[in-house]
Amino acid sequence: MGGDNYDFVIALAGNPNTGKSTIFNRLTGLKQHTGNWPGKTVMNARGYFKHNEKSFLLVDLPGTYSLLANSPEEEVARDFLCFGNPVVTVVVVDATCLERNLNLVLQILEITKKVVVCVNLLDEAKRKRIKVDLNKLSRILGVPVVGTTARDGQGLTELKEVINKISEQSLCCNPVQITYAEPIEKALDILQPVVEKLFKKQISSRWVSLRLLENNKKIELALNTNFAGNLLENSALKKARLEVQNFFNQQKMTEEEVKDSIVTGLFNTAEQIGQEVLEVESEDYHQFDRKLDSILMSKKFGIPVMLALLGVVFWITIKGANYPSELLARGFFWLEGYLTALFLASGLPDWVNGIIVTGVYRTMTWVVSVMLPPMAIFFPLFTLLEDLGYLPRIAFNLDNFFKKACAHGKQALTMCMGFGCNAAGIIACRIIESPRERLIAIITNNFVPCNGRFPTLIALAMIFLVSSIAAPWQSLGAAVIILMVIVLSVVITLFVSRILSKTILRGLPSSFTLELPPYRKPQVGRVIISSIFDRTLFVLARAVMVAAPAGALIWLLANFTVNEVSILNYCAGFFDPFARLFGLDGHILLAFILGLPANEIVIPILIMSYLATGSIQEFDSLEALRDLFIQNGWTWLTAVCMMLLVLNHFPCGTTLFTIYKETQSCKWTVISFLVPTLMGLLLCFLVSQSVFLFSSLF
Amino acid sequence: MQEKCIPLHRLPIGCTGRVKELRAKDDTRRRMLDLGLISDTVVKALCQSPSGDPTAYQIRGAVIALRSEEAANIMVEIF
Repeated sequence: MGGDNYDFVIALAGNPNTGKSTIFNRLTGLKQHTGNWPGKTVMNARGYFKHNEKSFLLVDLPGTYSLLANSPEEEVARDFLCFGNPVVTVVVVDATCLERNLNLVLQILEITKKVVVCVNLLDEAKRKRIKVDLNKLSRILGVPVVGTTARDGQGLTELKEVINKISEQSLCCNPVQITYAEPIEKALDILQPVVEKLFKKQISSRWVSLRLLENNKKIELALNTNFAGNLLENSALKKARLEVQNFFNQQKMTEEEVKDSIVTGLFNTAEQIGQEVLEVESEDYHQFDRKLDSILMSKKFGIPVMLALLGVVFWITIKGANYPSELLARGFFWLEGYLTALFLASGLPDWVNGIIVTGVYRTMTWVVSVMLPPMAIFFPLFTLLEDLGYLPRIAFNLDNFFKKACAHGKQALTMCMGFGCNAAGIIACRIIESPRERLIAIITNNFVPCNGRFPTLIALAMIFLVSSIAAPWQSLGAAVIILMVIVLSVVITLFVSRILSKTILRGLPSSFTLELPPYRKPQVGRVIISSIFDRTLFVLARAVMVAAPAGALIWLLANFTVNEVSILNYCAGFFDPFARLFGLDGHILLAFILGLPANEIVIPILIMSYLATGSIQEFDSLEALRDLFIQNGWTWLTAVCMMLLVLNHFPCGTTLFTIYKETQSCKWTVISFLVPTLMGLLLCFLVSQSVFLFSSLF
Repeated sequence: MQEKCIPLHRLPIGCTGRVKELRAKDDTRRRMLDLGLISDTVVKALCQSPSGDPTAYQIRGAVIALRSEEAANIMVEIF
């Protein structure tokens, strides 16, 4: 990053899912997460790049199809283009879907002249045998056009060069002007000269006039806030607008017809340009996609295939993580012996060894050895599905359930993000426009187990639920259980969404459209590297950072005694009668409470809290863990209740903070805390009490 | 031949229609227009979600899923 000094501001605009984020990352070297689903960028990301000894500030605008519909993303993008004064605007378009993308290009050309059109995904176009005549496109649009395949880095040097030339004004742009239907053009003839006089060169007069023809209130407001002097109150302008109104009345054109006519003008122009510059070898270029869709989204196979895919992902994760986890645990345990010996030899007091080795070291190594392998396998696998473009298909398959729950169809996408990290899932909720449905998605996001909770679920399933199965089938059994947990989490999400829609967030589902983007060949190498380094290590580092002080704290609580009872035992004893109602014990409940900063540390806290009460024993495998839990009175029911609580309890500290930032409301943060917690306690109560009842009857 | 207009959600899977009228209002109308659903746009019904709704349509080279409520406000002529 280059600090705050830059020579030029460059805007990066484009439809969603055109590889805009990839271009941004390639140019700036930043690592914004990319994925094959629309709506990834929900705010302006900023980054710097240097070219020819000049530095450029690149602003990545939210992906939009248009600038006219007044959705939050569109307003952000539009306001930046109109009032942010970028020196150059790069519009990224998808070569496989050019005609549709040209709508936005044409709208941007009406706002600003200095535009570079970046035709991206040329490799996909080639695969689909679509040829784009870039020179012709440039001639027709009147602005430079650069062809790129951003993920391989092709064409980016040329793009930088063109950006540089336009900034230096050594390359000129004379954008095409769209000709609208006659009445619109006549109205523009009346209005545009007045607007031009009033706004001078601050903003495109044709664009402002068009928006005034539409009576676009949002844009009127934006003009008033960004330009001093209440220009819209000018009497000449008011007179001209009245004249236009009379003219439309004469023509018997309603406001709606005016708007339609403008949009039609844009699309017809886009269509014509498309026909001029595109050469399509076969009309069936999307045939492969449709074939894949007919399996992945079919009535018969859609949902089974989805479950099977997730099941396979879990199975690979569990199977693959088993061995490295054990190896890591052994390694850390072996090292622990030496550390302890070192401490003993150094003559430091016992409690130093206790805090550092038994407290901090043990908690941290547990987090690493149990969390790292599954994360390092699950994240890349899931990102591959995301890259392929499968997530919107999940949303498509599940939409009807969400509709019945009066929730937004895109909630399925935010849930998928929650698999990685609930805080990320909550930020992703910005793609939902309706505030009511967005709140539902935020409150229920925590029902999806994040990566910090998966390993706990896997460990519990492995040691208690599948331990009686023959060894080779254990991972498969665990994968099936995890899959059932996920299905349960979706069912709970839908159930709670529906309850919220009928109570505190009453309302009907709002209209929405879901784009199903073309499948893309995932970039396996990049996915693996970026998901391990950016996501896995990032999440792990955060967990380890929380684990260290938590480890020290828990050791102190376990070893400080009041009246010969440790504080930890005292607290656990305090919670115990309450916890028993839910099939748990006081230590478990205490571990969840102390685990508020990060879900990853719940189990290590629990282990330490059990170990502190008994004798310290060798502890390097799941079997040791099983023995420890059984010694402390665990049964399969305790494991089930604990899994239910892992699935349904308050969001972690980071997530709560994110919820507060996103909703700007203490009330909704508190509700987001209470809803899953109460749900979890309720489920644990019902399950444990019915089991108790059954066992006392028979 | 008599013109035959039906709401888009009744367009059988695999069939193609031409948009004749958009009955949606305000923001929803704008969003539909932005998808390119202007008069005479060709729309093909591709497939239905496992539970019958929404339906995926091919619109100007893109695949867009619409719930039946939205599609009901788009009148198309089958051809």
